[in-house]
Amino acid sequence: MGFLILNRVFQAALVMIVVAMAAFVLSNYVGDPISNMVGQEATQEDRDQLREDLGLNDPAPVQFVRFIGNALQGDFGISYRLQRPVSDLVAERLPATLELVMVSAIFALVVGIPLGIFTALYRTFWGSRLILTVSLAGVSLPTFVVGILLIYVFSVTLQWLPSFGRGETTALGGWTTGLLTVDGWRAIIMPAITLGLYQLTLILRLVRAEMLEVLRTDYIKFARARGLTNRAINFGHALKNTMIPVITIVGLNIGGLIAFSIVTETVFQWPGMGLLFVQAVQFADVPVMSAYLVLASLIFVLTNLVVDILYVVIDPRLRTERRVKAGV
Amino acid sequence: MSALLEVKNLSVEIPTRRHLLVPVDDVSFDIAPGEILGVVGESGAGKSLTGAAVIGLLEPPGRIGGGEIRLEGKRIDNLKYRELRRIRGAAIGMIFQDPLTSLNPLYTIGRQLSETLRTHQPLSETAAKARAIELLDEVGIPAASERIGQYPHQFSGGMRQRVVIALALANNPKLIIADEPTTALDVSVQAQIINLLKRLAADNGAAIMLISHDMGVIAETCDRVAVMYAGRIVEIGAVRNVVQAPNHPYTQGLMASIPRLGKDDARLAHIKGSMPRPTDIPQGCAFHPRCPKRFEPCDQKRPELMKGDSSQAACWLLQREADQ
Ligand SMILES: Nc1ncnc2c1ncn2[C@@H]1O[C@H](COP(=O)(O)OP(=O)(O)OP(=O)(O)O)[C@@H](O)[C@H]1O
Ligand SMILES: [Mg+2]
Repeated sequence: MGFLILNRVFQAALVMIVVAMAAFVLSNYVGDPISNMVGQEATQEDRDQLREDLGLNDPAPVQFVRFIGNALQGDFGISYRLQRPVSDLVAERLPATLELVMVSAIFALVVGIPLGIFTALYRTFWGSRLILTVSLAGVSLPTFVVGILLIYVFSVTLQWLPSFGRGETTALGGWTTGLLTVDGWRAIIMPAITLGLYQLTLILRLVRAEMLEVLRTDYIKFARARGLTNRAINFGHALKNTMIPVITIVGLNIGGLIAFSIVTETVFQWPGMGLLFVQAVQFADVPVMSAYLVLASLIFVLTNLVVDILYVVIDPRLRTERRVKAGV
Repeated sequence: MSALLEVKNLSVEIPTRRHLLVPVDDVSFDIAPGEILGVVGESGAGKSLTGAAVIGLLEPPGRIGGGEIRLEGKRIDNLKYRELRRIRGAAIGMIFQDPLTSLNPLYTIGRQLSETLRTHQPLSETAAKARAIELLDEVGIPAASERIGQYPHQFSGGMRQRVVIALALANNPKLIIADEPTTALDVSVQAQIINLLKRLAADNGAAIMLISHDMGVIAETCDRVAVMYAGRIVEIGAVRNVVQAPNHPYTQGLMASIPRLGKDDARLAHIKGSMPRPTDIPQGCAFHPRCPKRFEPCDQKRPELMKGDSSQAACWLLQREADQ
């Protein structure tokens, strides 16, 4: 088991090195970093001096190692557009995005899993069919349409919820949170629903399909023949087996939420990483872009790692695989 | 001796879009305590559905279409779900064909045993565990107290089927329905499992309904045998009589092909054609298109079970012999 996890950690590190390379190439070879830093009136000597100071004349491997060293310390250079360290920008924006992603992931799980179980257990009930039909709409509606619809109904027409921003935030050390005030919660509801809706329908349908599959298996039939209660069968035997594939998809999709949050943050003017990235792209603000790339990948890789570990915790077959192979 | 299980005129229906299938049609038999009744027949004859109907595990839309099932004189075919659940795993134990897939891969066998025990008996966790170890011991699993914490994938096929049997026997059922319990196992393991079942039934005085398409297994194990064809019992009687002097032409063909059947090949080389599916069961005797001895009434009227010299068979030949 320890070996398995070590193996996964190694793979994760490998992925991150590849991502770092991409980010490195992006920040050094897309556009000319020097002309983005100095003003129009700088002389050629100034430019050459800066190039030398920044180490841009060093061989690429040396530069890459330096890039990684800096990245590990959270240093991604200075934003061309805002003329501030990228690390400061990220520190400001990251909490907003992580809170949004977390709340919408919890929303998707807490609503999606029970609905998936319900529609599987009461397959023929009209309510289940209704839920499935509605969920189809959830999959097919683009995120920004959902967001705009919500804004139209709840902000413009009913005027219940704010249409943009994070609301009132509280600073906890370096972390600003919107989750401690009513105002903050009012602000996060619509973005979180917008971002989580697609995942919710995905989870609902996945849980339903897996549950139906599991309910057809021999061990469920045998559990019934042993006279176990429906509760023990559905929520013990069946649900646990259903969760194995569900965890994989959910884990992958948390990464997806980060990616999709770019759209949601734009629609709701949510001051997170996604919005920062969109603005960075418009201005070819390469240091910010490469920092975003590295961070988003890091979150992807970390969630995958957690999924792999959860897998091993849930499924005993993975735990002993190696021992059996080794003949112990 | 009065019967432990009585099945009278049982039929199973499956409504489909086009037809109402009746894959089990007017089946009657009974089993006495301590007796082993074999149920034999080609694939699709309705053996499994009969077993599932008895324990109330027909999968919807399948349902009991008519008839009665009595356990110790008490009807069990019209019970509510809750009462039926209390019987399953307690008064009636069931063993399925595939030991590899009958156990939940995510729970230890100890947990699966103790939940089966504690669902039906007021036992403490520790008492259930002790009983679970005892059960594993009884079914011949070595080092039971160590293996109780292991997961199904850590057991071989034969050992897993022993675990399945331990689960089915956990609450000392009066009736055990074993649906092809050895088909998925190696030949060498088959005999062990069959002997185990026989011994346990004898020790507990349990009745067994042993479903199989292997006439060899049936002949070795059972007291009586029911031969099914296209959803009906075509012959039923003491094993020795049915094997040595079958009355029904279908049984005769079946007996002639025993060596082949032993090789897990359900096709009957000695009888031309194949068994009709439930969608197109012919009029009259369902076997008549394949029967070498058919005569006038066979494609018109359906024969009921009639008393022959050594067994009961549903064949007009018996009627003709009686008339002569
Ligand atoms: N849900 C269902 N829908 C339609 N037909 C079914 C269904 N379940 C069973 N049948 C049909 O009923 C017939 C009897 O099935 P059953 O499983 O009892 O056969 P069996 O005698 O146990 O055969 P085997 O030796 O293959 O296990 C088969 O022809 C089968 O195709
Ligand atoms: Mg069967």
